Amino acid sequence: MMRFLLLFSRQGKLRLQKWFTPIPEREKKKIVRDMTTMVLARKPRSCNFLHWKDLKIVYKRYASLYFCCGLDAEENELIALEMLHRYVELLDKYFGNVCELDIIFNFEKAYFILDEFLLGGEIQETSKQVVSRAIEASDMLQEVRCCPVGTDLRSVFPSS
Amino acid sequence: MVMNISMSCSTRAMSPSVRLQEMIRVIRGARTQGEERGVIQRECAAIRAQFRQADNGTRSHNLAKLLYVHMLGYPAHFGQMECVRLIASPRYNEKRVGYLGAMMLLDEKQDASLLITNSIKNDLSHNSQYVQSLALCTLACMGSAEMCRDLAPEIDRLLRASNSYIKKKAALCAVHIVRKVPDLGELFTPAARSLLCEKNHGVLHGAVVLITELCERNPDTLEQFRKVVPELVQIMKGLVMSGYSPEHNVAGISDPFLQVRILRLLRILGRNNDTASDAMNDLLAQVATNTDSSKTAGSAVLYETVLTVMDIKSESGLRVLAVNILGRFLLNNDRNIRYISMTSLQKIVQTDHNAVQRHRGTIVDCLKDQDASVKRRALELSLALVSAVNIRSLMKELLLFLSSCPPELRAHTTSGIFNAAERYAPSQRWHIDTILHVLTTAGGDVRDETVPNLIQLITTATELHCYTVHKLYRALITDISVQSLVQVACWCIGEYGDLLLRGECEETEPVQVTEDDVLDALETVLQSHMSSPATRGFALTATMKLSTRITHNVDRIRSIVSIYGSCIDVELQQRAVEYNALFKKYDHMRAAVLERMPVIDKSSPGHTNGESAGGIKELEQTKLTQEVVLPKDPGNQVCDLLDLLGGSGEPVPSSGLSHTVPGPATSTSGGDLLDLLGGLDVSPAPPSVKVYEKNGVTLKLQTDSQTDTGMTITLTATNSTDGDITSLTLQAAVPKSVQLQMKAPSGDVIPARGLGLVTQTVLLNNPNKVSLKMRVRVCYSSQGAVCQDTVQIDSFPSPAW
Repeated sequence: MMRFLLLFSRQGKLRLQKWFTPIPEREKKKIVRDMTTMVLARKPRSCNFLHWKDLKIVYKRYASLYFCCGLDAEENELIALEMLHRYVELLDKYFGNVCELDIIFNFEKAYFILDEFLLGGEIQETSKQVVSRAIEASDMLQEVRCCPVGTDLRSVFPSS
Repeated sequence: MVMNISMSCSTRAMSPSVRLQEMIRVIRGARTQGEERGVIQRECAAIRAQFRQADNGTRSHNLAKLLYVHMLGYPAHFGQMECVRLIASPRYNEKRVGYLGAMMLLDEKQDASLLITNSIKNDLSHNSQYVQSLALCTLACMGSAEMCRDLAPEIDRLLRASNSYIKKKAALCAVHIVRKVPDLGELFTPAARSLLCEKNHGVLHGAVVLITELCERNPDTLEQFRKVVPELVQIMKGLVMSGYSPEHNVAGISDPFLQVRILRLLRILGRNNDTASDAMNDLLAQVATNTDSSKTAGSAVLYETVLTVMDIKSESGLRVLAVNILGRFLLNNDRNIRYISMTSLQKIVQTDHNAVQRHRGTIVDCLKDQDASVKRRALELSLALVSAVNIRSLMKELLLFLSSCPPELRAHTTSGIFNAAERYAPSQRWHIDTILHVLTTAGGDVRDETVPNLIQLITTATELHCYTVHKLYRALITDISVQSLVQVACWCIGEYGDLLLRGECEETEPVQVTEDDVLDALETVLQSHMSSPATRGFALTATMKLSTRITHNVDRIRSIVSIYGSCIDVELQQRAVEYNALFKKYDHMRAAVLERMPVIDKSSPGHTNGESAGGIKELEQTKLTQEVVLPKDPGNQVCDLLDLLGGSGEPVPSSGLSHTVPGPATSTSGGDLLDLLGGLDVSPAPPSVKVYEKNGVTLKLQTDSQTDTGMTITLTATNSTDGDITSLTLQAAVPKSVQLQMKAPSGDVIPARGLGLVTQTVLLNNPNKVSLKMRVRVCYSSQGAVCQDTVQIDSFPSPAW
């Protein structure tokens, strides 16, 4: 299973953190520090796989953001790379040409999307369309409940 | 106030998180850490105030703001109860943020987490699947064992009755529950089985993950699920053979995520089971051959296939295919692929050694890769591939690697090289040359034992003494910064300086060296600030030794020694004072004390010998010297270990050379001749058992110490006849999984009439904890006749303590 997923910038600022096992707050901070130090120190065309304690670390850089996950030793690193890529694709589809600022200002959406893609450290849905449709439906549910009575809902629904 | 929020944000007309984004903007606008802290403190205060108020429609925004602040690293525990409240709200947007907050701020260790159990339970039966989804997600993320036990039946219900959107989430929730409370695995087994019939990929994936988890935890369940191998094979076939499916296609592979999980499950089911392995053989061959590996997705599937093939009981043809795939991966341009290829090869290098050897060339090339991870893998693999056949060529590559390898790998490389050299050295000269090369290149990164090990090796290579001392002298005058090298060089020059001065050497071009040149070199070491105290000790002793090997410049040595008699370093001072005494009062002994060392027995470093004639002489002041027993001929090498317990494969290796020489105690790391015998332990006599008694020769066995996985015993031989027993040798054999190491015996002569004894210590290492037995073969000459007997020892006495 995946133990954690972190997104951080090139300056080491954390943009998203998802933990799939219970870890004390202090240790979380330490892990984040270790990951950012290790990953940011890597040269540009390095291998995307690292070893840290008993975990496999897989990371990939997308523009100004590093996507970094910690996996159990029996996981397949190559498919983990594909997993990270799939998440980026989902973000991209949702935000339209996603960039770091999208994730900063809409971090809760990034989490919602992640929670439709992974569950308990495992992939829950392998189809891009199904995940995207679920997010849209949830968003609609959220907005319908938020609008004051009488609003023309057509102005609220996103054009999908 | 203009709110210019959205950069390339979503084009929603009305965004409810306006205030959140505004806060984020302000925080990001802070120019210093202090300013940021100020902003956040103000915001948190406002949030706290809002939390205390009644419901005003802004609760979810405030919690979202708090979560942002939390991600920046600021404390947010005061939001925990708000999460609990929001989760219980009927509004979806509030629930959503509440659950998100619970996953971020609560874990099973917080008390507040228990409070949401009821909400989760209710939401699991909510009529909106999106609300159910929130509950499932949260439970799978942070559900404690107690919560899991509480809600497991609910999850099981959802596994059977719901739509695929919920089923796939329930399956992964069940996985989490099983991880937390393994006993609950039984509850989910039937549902897991029926989920395999689903067509929906999300559900299938979840089912496969669940079944994998169940099988890994329970061998009975594993047995049960072996029956579904044909079904899994069918599903895989469907995926591999299917045409282009836009919904699941990744770079030409149909749902690689699902394929990888199925392959992993097949691995677990096929392991150690012929029937299951047979059933999947064809499929694996098909996947291995048909999968396009030009992109990562395909390579990921191939990689998993290879891992499965190597782990189950596959046909040899399939195994060869798998190793060849790994070989192909080694040539891939993608560094990641090369890396995982090597990690896989590392796993199989012991079992499929020959297959991996075929790719040795490519692996060795990877030593030159730019990437540190790839280099590390290549090093591990290269070291594992060293054999007697390829040692020369492979060592060249390793030495080349050493000269340019990253600093964090140097220590590992040097010890790997030494191990390989020790096991497979084609000749002693090659061995010495290799070690010297390593010391010159990376002498600072070698382990401490390297120096004594090298010295021991040099002493045993008797024909090469001249060559070695020449080589080391040349190294010394070039560079004295590498301590390990300098120490060995000093020792050699001290020991074999006469050969150096003789000016003739067969193996290498001799140097014309004068006595002054040699003494200059040693004095440079003595005086250099680069030399460590230990190194200076070596240099001083070497200088002293030369006093018996040179003819003209003994006075110079005398003066060096007397100068260091007042050196501030206590160790050097003591040595110098003692050497001074050797020049003055004990000059008659000097030649004997300083003469050529015997071959050092590798199996007993610093072994204090009970049989040294002369014992200890206490002199005035605090010096102690011993009379050195002149060594006898090394004689025949003793084959310590013969497997007498029935035909076996390779003999248990004896550690280095073992001679029946009662050499004097030599402390290897100082070459310190004036080693003290004072430390003879007089331990209380532990119980000893008589194992052999014949012809007046008695052999007793006592256990010195014992652990779970080994023991140390001592064999003691005595002689009650009127004549000495000579040429005594003891050989021992043990069961195959036990490792045996015999230390050098104290001697090979047992004096007559019980006036003396011979002891020999044996170390037994029994990692598999088999029952220990030993056969001992006793050989000796008594009154002109050679006797040989074998005794079997089935039980060992208990140790003294």
